[in-house]
Parts: sequence; structure tokens; C-alpha cells
Amino acid sequence: MTITVTRRTFLAGSAAAAGTMALGRAGTALAADPLPVAFVYTGPIGDHGYTFAHDVGRRAVEAHFGDKVKVTFVENVPEGPDCERVIRQLATSGNQLIFSTSFGFMEATLKVASQFPKLKFEHATGFKRANNLAIYNARFYEGRAVLGDIAGRMSKAGVAGYVASFPIPEVVMGINAFTLAAQKHNPNFKTKVIWANTWYDPGKESDAAKALIDKGADIISQHTDSAAPLQVAESRGVYAFGQATDMTSYAPKAHLTAVVDQWANYYIDRVQKVIDGAWTSTDIWWGFKEGLVGLAPYNAAMPADVKAAADKLKADITSGAVHPFTGPIKNQKGEVVYAAGQKASDEEMLKMNWYVAGVES
Amino acid sequence: MISESIVNISAAVISASTPLLFAATGELVVERSGVLNLGVEGMMLMGAVTGFAVAVSTGNPMLGILAAAVAGAALALVFAALTLTLMANQVATGLALTIFGIGLSALLGSGFVGQTVPALPKLALPGLSSLPVVGPVLFGQDGLVYLSVALTAATAWFLKRTRPGMMLRAVGESAESAHSLGLPVIRIRYLATLFGGAAAGLGGAFLSLSYTPMWMEGMTSGRGWIALALVVFGSWRPWRVLAGAYLFGGVTILQLHAQGIFSLPAQVFSMLPYLATIAVLTIISAGPWRGRLTAPAALGKPFRPSV
Repeated sequence: MTITVTRRTFLAGSAAAAGTMALGRAGTALAADPLPVAFVYTGPIGDHGYTFAHDVGRRAVEAHFGDKVKVTFVENVPEGPDCERVIRQLATSGNQLIFSTSFGFMEATLKVASQFPKLKFEHATGFKRANNLAIYNARFYEGRAVLGDIAGRMSKAGVAGYVASFPIPEVVMGINAFTLAAQKHNPNFKTKVIWANTWYDPGKESDAAKALIDKGADIISQHTDSAAPLQVAESRGVYAFGQATDMTSYAPKAHLTAVVDQWANYYIDRVQKVIDGAWTSTDIWWGFKEGLVGLAPYNAAMPADVKAAADKLKADITSGAVHPFTGPIKNQKGEVVYAAGQKASDEEMLKMNWYVAGVES
Repeated sequence: MISESIVNISAAVISASTPLLFAATGELVVERSGVLNLGVEGMMLMGAVTGFAVAVSTGNPMLGILAAAVAGAALALVFAALTLTLMANQVATGLALTIFGIGLSALLGSGFVGQTVPALPKLALPGLSSLPVVGPVLFGQDGLVYLSVALTAATAWFLKRTRPGMMLRAVGESAESAHSLGLPVIRIRYLATLFGGAAAGLGGAFLSLSYTPMWMEGMTSGRGWIALALVVFGSWRPWRVLAGAYLFGGVTILQLHAQGIFSLPAQVFSMLPYLATIAVLTIISAGPWRGRLTAPAALGKPFRPSV
């Protein structure tokens, strides 16, 4: 069962919903009752990017559990005072497990969680946890390292262009992982970065991609949400990587692969834990190994040895044989940050605010 | 190499400026008739989604462009009926129109996410297009770019040189006086509002068919609001609006190219278009043009003809 609501109809109809839910809650002891689960999204599910990827996870939960769950989602929730209202409404209407999927929902989720100690909450990409509030994130940098590996082998110029959003650790980590992996094959590999200062503005993202190609990049990677840079790559005849989902349809020739957010396994696991009564507040940062991060199918234009090398790197990261941040790593000034063999800790990566040598930003 | 990057940068500037120019020129005519329509963003989005949907479904981009203009005008008609006939508040209705347009375009476009159309063909002008540098920059654009400049010229000529243009300005300066002279105030304002909607729709179509040939929710990303600001920036004069649109587009593109060359934080670059806007506004407000910077006197004031 699905209940689809937008924020406005949701708030308007909440009084009526509260009435019905009161009846529903009286019977939660019966095992046959579906478990009410809710998702809060910051964007539209039609963004074909970040929110879309979460919604794929939600649909997987529905497909897996069928009548055992009753899933609600609210999309287009702004990261501000409104989100607290939406999360509280979802809590008062009896949802046992609530996923809030955007960094900016952190404080609101924490506050509502403290007011509803019997309900379970999960917050994506944040860092504040409570007894009934778990946090989860994905090691996207693992995927970006594989993209870098491909870029290092596919780029003739040895210069990649990177359309970036904001200089936060998540983005910086991705740029560095990408560049380090590319330099394994081409020590002189450079990554030119242009900050679009937005997560989503197709026009500006495409302008940034054009500027990068003008500056000599012959492969484009992006950490913004629209497919516009891919279209530019397609029309200018260079290669590019998609973002969050498989974006091949936008650029069949240029799209080599993409780091794909695969939340499904995690969501199914967490819902199962609530059903089993085994849910605990956890703090996970999963990657390839757990299936939270994946890659879109490779483009046929990639030579077999490049595909094989990408698969090998993915396998090595999955098994733990390779860590994308293993020394020697130098920063832009040429100072050694990690000596040979030394690995960056999770804590260091989550605070990363410096660029490796070869990044031009 | 140098001339190649000049060509590329100039072409990017023109692309970035064109949607702003369409929407701002349309809004200029609306405001000159005394109506303030804040729904530009919503009308652009409707134009973008309709243009894309029709172009994909029929395979004919010309039909898409036409449909985009009609869709923008249709949304403007809703605004006109509410504010001009039913006397609703223009500011509130315009804001509602933007929010409505965002939602409706998302609904209509949900089936088109992930599809692509070929970008509009570049129209080469014989002889002119083969000139070095100038040729590819000025005469290697698609038809909508030429149309946007032609629309500016036509608007300037219409407002300044033609009788209907003067009637429109009269209505915008003093609806009462115009009415007492027997001018059909409400009808003129309806037509101006519809023109504004159609132009905003064309701006949206340029985004979804040429600039980034695809449909995604909210793809205008605030350009409707910039267009509104450009009308004030251009002090309600078509050629100044064109200059403003190209200045804004130019600084937006140049800041992307300047990144990495100058070692300034990226955030400073992203402020540049807005800083440039404020600087130019200050300079022209303090200069000898000052007396001619006034808004249409009847802007935003509702008019109910006394019977």
C-alpha cells in the first residue's frame, strides 16, 4: 500500500488522518497489521537524482514487504521550520519508523525524536544520534575512486573537469578520491574544479561544464544533481560520468558510468529489524561492500581492459584490499599529508577540507 | 586557440542571457501597462515543460516553441482574469502564479523526465556566419536567439513609435486619464499581460529546447526572478533591459571561467553577477539619467472603470 502526499495536502489533511490513525494504533499489537513507515524527502521524486534514488529504495521496501508495511512519503519538504512540522505530523499519525533523508533535517529530526521516544527515526548523512535516532550514510568516495580510475585511463589530455556544488567535506572527499585514483595511471593527471555554488541549476551546471571543456578537460565528472553537464559532454564529444542514478538516457555516447546511490538494502534491513523488534540506534557508513554504493552499467565505448580494471578496483575496495585514501598523499602545496602506506581514518575523511596535489580549484 | 575560447565564451554568454531577455522584455511590456506580474518564474516553467513535451511528442521543435508561448500566455490569462477582472491583489496573485506554475509544470512534466530532444539547429546566415570570430558568435546561433533580439527591437519601436504603444504607456502612467480619453484600459492590460506570458513561455522554451535540451522540475532555477529585477535594472527601457540581460549573463559565465585563474574563493565569484548589478544600478541612478528612471506611475494599481 502506498499513500502519496505532497506537503500541502498532507498538512491540510492531517487532522483527518490523526483521527483514522488513532483507530489504527489501537490495534498495533496484532501481528497482521501493516507497519507504518514514512520517508521525508527534500526534493521532488522526479529529480532523477538524489531524491529519486531514495524513492527507489522506498519502492523496494514496498515490493519486499507487500502488505506487511504501509509506506507514506512526503516530498519537496524545505530544509527549514516546515520540515519539523512534517516530521512531527508523521510521528503523531502513528508511523513507527521515519526516514528523514536530507542533511538539513538533522536538528528537526533530533527534536521530534526526543519527543516521541517510542518511535524509531533514521537520519541520512548527518552526525547527531539518539537512542531512537539512527544515522546512515554512504561511502560515495569509493565509487568516485573507480570513476577516477576510469578517467585516468580514458582521458587523452590527462585533464578532468569537475562540476562541483559546495566545498563541504563530502564533495572535497569525492574530488580527492577521484584525482588520486586517476593519478595511479597518469601521475600528471589534473582535475580542474568549477564551483557552480548550487546543487541544482541545469543552466549553470551546463555552463560550468562548457567552461571546463574550454579549459582543456576531455572528461567531465560532477557533484551536482542535474544531467545538464552530461548533455554538454555529449554535444562536445567528450566523456562524462552521471550522478546518483544511471543517466545514460541523457548522453548515450558520453555517459561512461555513474556512482549510483542504492539505499534499498539498507531500508529493507531496517524495516525488517523493526518488525523483528531488533532495531537499535546505529551509525553506519556503508559502501560497495554492503551494496549501498553501486555503479551504473559501463558504456560500450570503454575498452575491455578499462572495464576489467574498474571491476578489479571495485572488487579490491569491496574486499578492503584497497583504501582510496592510502599514502603517499600530498596536498596542493606539495606537503606530505599521509606517508606511504598510511590510511586516512573515517573521522579525518569526514572533516576533509584540503585538496590533493593535481586538483586545480 | 585564443579566438576559439572567445567564440566559446561569447556563445555561452549569449545562451545564458537569452532566456532572461525573453522573460524580461515580456515583463517590461506588462509593467509599462501598469500591471505587476510576479509570476514570471511560473510562466517560464510552463513554457519550458510545454515546449519540451510538444517537441518530444510531435518531433517538431517549431510546434514546441509555439506551444510554449501559448502555455505561458494561458497562465498569464489566469493572472489577468484574477487581477484585472476580479480585482485580486496583483502581488499576491503573481506570487501564487509562480508557486502554481512550479507545481503544475512538475505534474505535466513527470512523464518526460529522462527524455531528450536534439537541441535546436543553429541557423547560419549566408556570408555573415563565415566571418572569423564575429561570424560564429553573432551569426551561428539558433533561431530563438535572433528572435529574442528582434523582440527587443520590436518592443522598443512599438512602445516609442506606434500609436498602440503610446496608448499602452498612457494606461500604465494613469489609468484614469487614459480611461477618460476613451482608451480601453482593461483590454490593453489584458493584451500586455498575455504578451508577457508568451514571452516568458519562449524564455522557458529556450531553456528546455536549446540551453539544456531536457525537462527537469524547477529547471528555471530562479531566472524568472532575475528577469523581474532586470526590468527595474533597465529602468523599463527595452535596450537597457537587453544590456542588463547580457551584463548579467556575461558576468555569470565569466566568473565560471575566472575560477582557477584567480585565487579567490568560489563564493566570491558567485556573488559577482549581483555585485555588478548593484554597481551599475548605483552608477546610473547617480548619473544624469536619474530623472528618467521612474517606474510607470500606475504600476501595480488596480483600476476599476467607473460606470
